[in-house]
Amino acid sequence: MLLSYLKIAWKVLLRRKFFTFISLFGISFTLMVLLVVVALFDHAVGAHAPESRLDRMLFVNFVHIKFKNNGNQNSPPSYHLLDRYVRPLRTPEKVAIYSNFHSTPSYVGNARIDLDLKYTDEVFWQVLDFTFREGKAFSQADVKAAARVAVINRTTARKYFGTDKGVVGHIIEVNQINYRVLGVVDDVPAMRISSYADVWVPLTNSPTDLQRVSLDGDFSAIILAKSTGDIKAVQAEFDQMAKRIPLPDPKEMLYINLHADSLLGSFSRQIMSPLTDRDSDGLSILYSILAGLALLFMLLPALNLVNINVSRIMERSSEIGVRKAFGATGGTLIGQFLVENVFLTTIGGLLGLLLAYVALQLIGGSQILAYAHFELNWRIFGWALLVTLFFGVLSGVYPAFKMSRLQPVQALKGGN
Amino acid sequence: MNSTTAPNNRFASPEIGLTTAPATAMLKLTDIEKVYQTKTIETVALNRVNLTINKGEFVSIMGPSGCGKSTLLSIMGLLDEPSSGQVEIAGRPVTAYSDKELAHLRNQKIGFVFQSYHLINDLSVLDNVELPLLYRSSVSGKERRQRAHAALDKVGLSARTNHFPSQLSGGQRQRVAIARALAGNPELILADEPTGNLDSVMGEEIMDLLMGLNRHDGVTIVMVTHDEQQALKTERVIRFFDGSQVS
Repeated sequence: MLLSYLKIAWKVLLRRKFFTFISLFGISFTLMVLLVVVALFDHAVGAHAPESRLDRMLFVNFVHIKFKNNGNQNSPPSYHLLDRYVRPLRTPEKVAIYSNFHSTPSYVGNARIDLDLKYTDEVFWQVLDFTFREGKAFSQADVKAAARVAVINRTTARKYFGTDKGVVGHIIEVNQINYRVLGVVDDVPAMRISSYADVWVPLTNSPTDLQRVSLDGDFSAIILAKSTGDIKAVQAEFDQMAKRIPLPDPKEMLYINLHADSLLGSFSRQIMSPLTDRDSDGLSILYSILAGLALLFMLLPALNLVNINVSRIMERSSEIGVRKAFGATGGTLIGQFLVENVFLTTIGGLLGLLLAYVALQLIGGSQILAYAHFELNWRIFGWALLVTLFFGVLSGVYPAFKMSRLQPVQALKGGN
Repeated sequence: MNSTTAPNNRFASPEIGLTTAPATAMLKLTDIEKVYQTKTIETVALNRVNLTINKGEFVSIMGPSGCGKSTLLSIMGLLDEPSSGQVEIAGRPVTAYSDKELAHLRNQKIGFVFQSYHLINDLSVLDNVELPLLYRSSVSGKERRQRAHAALDKVGLSARTNHFPSQLSGGQRQRVAIARALAGNPELILADEPTGNLDSVMGEEIMDLLMGLNRHDGVTIVMVTHDEQQALKTERVIRFFDGSQVS
């Protein structure tokens, strides 16, 4: 029976080429956009090296100061704040502190290249799993001694030295300071702002005064919990600690907010802050909004398909009438049309997947996003399949139901 | 041409139902009315029709256009519901049957032949003929094909199994439609002007085919027709006028 359905489905597709084109275009284009968005999302916040242990990581990216005059200040925390209050936490396995990256000039001969420089501690290399092509990371001793050593990525090695092999021990001049290359790592996509840089050097080389007592600064921290299950305990200890941070200026300041969030949570806390209270990371609202948008985005072509399908099915009312006359039940017919529709949408889905692959290759190759590398992995493929099924069932079920309710004699007469 | 030619095992299917009609009645209509109602007009298509078709009969229904004969055939074939009255198929009153039960009964007992053939153009001749068996879970794919081949053989089209309806003449299409009606081995064939779209030679061919089925296989046939000559070939002619039986 299934074979017979598929035969009919294939024939109908070939017979109605324009309809097929419209349907397939709607499905595959929508799916392509969704897949590209999911791939970008996954690229930005999915667990990929060097942030592959994301399920055990918490990020401290911002400190929010509320002033008594109703003013707000939102900025990265200072090294002092992170070193004094976050590093001594007892529940985490490790705490890494690093600066934001800054574009810094460097020269190869007379040619200027801008390199993104990041100041980090030695724990940074233990928390994150960079892939070292050669050499190693700097040590605690290097950090203590403010050693002029650097880890660079492969692209920088190629740009600066003309090769990414055998450059350990060579000198790279960044911002008029000479650093000895200790290690070369794989490029990290620029969208992974916590780990990304072209050049990483010990944070003791930072021109900022690390001992300056203040709340705001230019640093962030990654907290690595001992296990995924420990995350809650780490956050609880963190929140207790945050409450004890004294306000430097109690006359002007009302309170401060400092939180340890998941990677996505650390972004959503910033984006969603107008919609949430001070203790929420806004992740649930963000998810709801994203899901709503995705649903809406899929709903429009699905509704369009419903519309096309209704007229298409009604045109086949004679066939429906005959099938009913010879014993097809409403349920059997709904099954038939759902199979046809899922078949059509699966073709659309596969096309969408292909289009998404091409689109991602183009985006990746265009250098819009530095070091971007997109993958259409099984997880995304699974998503695509789910979305395709969603399309197939949603756009087929209503017309099929409507048609299955017809009296056979009505269907034979043309469905009126 | 009487009921004894029909194999008894055809009545052995397990549907529930009370046998209230005489053993020889294939189809019994009691006080059938069909009224089409719009907001302003009420049209009586069938007016208190009482009719019994016996097993093995070949009955034709005649009457002018719009007299309700096709409506009657649809009600006989459980394709439409009467506004009131009772339909019995092989002794079973079907008034309270659900859509699913009606579909099952149509599938098991009734074959249809339509004036405009109603073949599915996207399916081959063989696939079209297999259709009634597609809705019988007890029939395997192999058996389905065998029975479809046998039905096509009976109508003389075994050489056309892989053709599509558009590649056939009108007469051939109607023969495919008859093969489809036969494939399910029904006790009752309802034919709505089966020769209406055909020229007289092809019409004769189809008539001969139907009469052969009735005579040799004992299939009960009810045929709606405009053609007096063809009607007279059948065992009984029932005439309709304005929704009522006049003879």
